[in-house]
Amino acid sequence: MNRYKAELMVGVFVVLTVGAVLLLALKVANQSMTTDGDTYTLYAKFDNIGGLKERSAVKVGGVTIGRVTSISLDKKDYTPVVELSIISKYSEFPETSSVSILTSGLLGEQYVGFQPGFSFDGIANLKDGDYLQDTKSALVLEDLIGQFLFNRGDSDNGE
Amino acid sequence: MNPFRSLGASTIARVEAVGRAGVMLFGALFALPKLKNIALTIKQIHVVGVQSLLIIIVSGLFIGMVMALQGYTILVDYGAEGSLGPMVALSLLRELGPVVTALLFAGRAGSALTAEIGLMKTTEQLSSMEMMAVDPLRRVISPRFWAGLISMPMLAVIFSAVGILGGHLVGVDWLGVDAGSYWSLMQSSVDLGSDVGNGVIKSLVFAIVVTWIAIFKGYDSTPTSEGISKATTETVVFSSLAVLGLDFVLTALMFGIE
Repeated sequence: MNRYKAELMVGVFVVLTVGAVLLLALKVANQSMTTDGDTYTLYAKFDNIGGLKERSAVKVGGVTIGRVTSISLDKKDYTPVVELSIISKYSEFPETSSVSILTSGLLGEQYVGFQPGFSFDGIANLKDGDYLQDTKSALVLEDLIGQFLFNRGDSDNGE
Repeated sequence: MNPFRSLGASTIARVEAVGRAGVMLFGALFALPKLKNIALTIKQIHVVGVQSLLIIIVSGLFIGMVMALQGYTILVDYGAEGSLGPMVALSLLRELGPVVTALLFAGRAGSALTAEIGLMKTTEQLSSMEMMAVDPLRRVISPRFWAGLISMPMLAVIFSAVGILGGHLVGVDWLGVDAGSYWSLMQSSVDLGSDVGNGVIKSLVFAIVVTWIAIFKGYDSTPTSEGISKATTETVVFSSLAVLGLDFVLTALMFGIE
């Protein structure tokens, strides 16, 4: 009887643990989207990616359609190349689409803003492995401040 | 006594103790569990794990609640109280869950293990087992070691989960943080592999260290009532220090280098 009770309580313990793991896995941690497999890959070259990281979101009008899977430097012209993994469900973007690196809120994380272009006749849709031509770099605050001070200096001299 | 000689003697004694601890761990690990030993291990999981559940759940609940309260008062100044969820979840999963569980485990279960094995040794139960051709490593030490190893990661996971629910209780139900942002910001910043997984690895390492120290201190205690009390104290002190020191090393390895 005693052994029966011990085994019963250990069973309850195991069930509690499984419940806790399920809570952590399903409710607390994110389900990694990039492992789904039904994605396609686009590339974009930027002059400056600012604070963009791997796993940053790719968004169209605030809706996440994919993630940044890798960031590397082009060996030839030394510009950053960002690999974007987009869910296959959203596969019909025209070639005239543009991407820019934006910041969510004043201090928030940086993400890739995807702006679908207009589709005319004769403009194909983006395919797996395509490079996006129209890109806008991240705003770097220090550059902005530098530019501002430089301009002020200029106008002071002019007066 | 010559100071050099006493230094040498204490060094040799320490190295010998480490050696004995290693031999005991080897014996406990490779005393392969027979079917009968699995039953013994389950009984020890009940003693070591199930009976620690109450203190783990209550501490987890209150630590989660306190963190939500403290975090809220700071974050609300910046209008960032939505980030309460990630703050509570990450600090529990990465640090507090494994560490506090290991400290509580050392106090609740580790000291009991040391005292039990120490008393077995004092009353010569271990030697009588050897007389009857029963290996005490296999019969007494191994089930307790495996039980500690299995129980502590489970307790740490329960601790974190209860703590996050406690944070929800204070943050959302009492202080009025939006429930949606509590969970969704938590989901976007907690990663299953690198946060939950590393926390479990941490608590597995702590489980090995704490259980090993507890069992060895009992097994190696001086067989007197004074010796048992000294061994029990040393278990709690040494394993707490080892857990905190190791935690820094593990954190540096896991989260230090981006």
